[in-house]
Amino acid sequence: MPAVDLIIDHEQRGGVSRRTFIKGVIATGAAVSSTAYLFRSSGVFAETLTQGAVERLITLNVNGQQRRVDVVPHETLAMTLRYKLGLTGTKLGCDRAECGACTVLIDGVNRYSCSTLTHTVRSQEITTIEGLEDSTGQLHPVQQAVVDEGGFQCAFCAPGFIMSMVALVEANPNPTRSETAHALSGNLCRCGDYNKILNSAMRAAEYARRRA
Amino acid sequence: MAVIRDMIPAFELFQPTSVDDALSLLAQHGDDTWVLAGGLDSFDWFKDRIKRPKVVVELSGVEELKGIRSTEDGVEIGAMTTLTEVATNSEILANYGLLAKAASQVATPQIRNQGTLGGNVSQDTRCWYYRGGWPCYRAGGNICYASAPQAMNREHCIFGADRCVAVNPSDTAPTLIALDAKMIVKRANRERVIDAEDFFIGPGTDITRMTVLRPGDLLTSIRIPATWAGASFYWEKVEDRKSWDFALVSVARAMRVSNGSITEARVVVNGVAPYPMRLDAVEAAVRGRPLSEETAQMGGEVAIRRAKALRHNDYKLPLIRNLVRRALRGRPA
Repeated sequence: MPAVDLIIDHEQRGGVSRRTFIKGVIATGAAVSSTAYLFRSSGVFAETLTQGAVERLITLNVNGQQRRVDVVPHETLAMTLRYKLGLTGTKLGCDRAECGACTVLIDGVNRYSCSTLTHTVRSQEITTIEGLEDSTGQLHPVQQAVVDEGGFQCAFCAPGFIMSMVALVEANPNPTRSETAHALSGNLCRCGDYNKILNSAMRAAEYARRRA
Repeated sequence: MAVIRDMIPAFELFQPTSVDDALSLLAQHGDDTWVLAGGLDSFDWFKDRIKRPKVVVELSGVEELKGIRSTEDGVEIGAMTTLTEVATNSEILANYGLLAKAASQVATPQIRNQGTLGGNVSQDTRCWYYRGGWPCYRAGGNICYASAPQAMNREHCIFGADRCVAVNPSDTAPTLIALDAKMIVKRANRERVIDAEDFFIGPGTDITRMTVLRPGDLLTSIRIPATWAGASFYWEKVEDRKSWDFALVSVARAMRVSNGSITEARVVVNGVAPYPMRLDAVEAAVRGRPLSEETAQMGGEVAIRRAKALRHNDYKLPLIRNLVRRALRGRPA
């Protein structure tokens, strides 16, 4: 136990958590390790652009910000968000549109970012888990509900579930438990924590109604 | 579950904004061109590196391919209309509820929010030998791994096998056949209107394709005539899990009843043949019969005549028999 305490203490005092450090590395473009590995085999940087094909340098509207980013034609949104924009809150689980960990909102609609080409959402509004809290740092009602209910166990799936919950409470402010289960059926939790996740979603709808 | 492999291999991406531009791109780039709608079937192929097109024509920017509009005789649905829109559209819900119901049960909410009707009917089969990149007949080889003595073929076909025993995975396809929909297929200087029933093809016609679409063709819209508007409908999909899953077997039925007798019925099943299969024999057998348990029992028996099970899929015979019986009892699902 003391050893664990020490690590936590060190992270907090230093002001740089492991997560922040990794993000920083990605943002500065010095991420030789993961990014270079991911974009390695596709010959990304050696490609030539044919006439009529898409431009690589594009502007994405992510969480209300305009982000200039170099995107290859065959790049998925999950890759762009995580490895180009440093938005690592969006997780990659299966990379096959099966698990839902990569769920983001595109124009308010929940979709799998692992199975969306970034170039197809150039003109749309992308919202990730990082974009939910408001400018004062107040959590989104859904996030608050998840915290209050202790909704997740390991929580790797949480960002995806939360994005689906946000889409749900926007579309249906007063869902039944079975409607909620239906709306979240595109997200998987390997801890099998579904009951508490549904509790969170029901509370989320309640908080959202109260705040509206 | 598939292994995460770094990235999709490179391709050239074109994003036309009109049907004409899309067609000329398809004509210009030939056989190596992949038409991308929602992409949910395509990305698996790309990520597994089994299909590696040089050129991808991505259609989300073509507004004229989206949306649902009323016509003089029914409704026309753009091929790029999402399954969510199809499932929630008021006119489809009111008059063609069969299609709305099937669309609402495809995969998951996220997939329905992105997947399109055109893409759903153009899906490739899920046979895992084929999807896994085995050089089977469908992939241009000369063997079917799914019908070999040791093969795992629980999900494969009981009708229509011709070297290949894979099945069509679409949920919306059988409902479109039941509604007598017409598929509008365009290519450079030509437009064809194809009955939904003829749009899907078996391995006897062409073992490498699931539909009549050839390179250069573009499915632009789907027209549903008013023929079956407001009829009695039945849809049931049997799957291993309550969400995400492809159908083991599904049944779509449209029927008109007058004075307690079936005046006309269309019964279509999927998951049992390499194409969604219309049960003409059942339709003929029940026409003019009273809507009764006896008729339903008889229809179920007729449905599985000439079915031939593989080693692990004989459960599909009683399954499809019972689903057809349920469908013919005339109660809503």
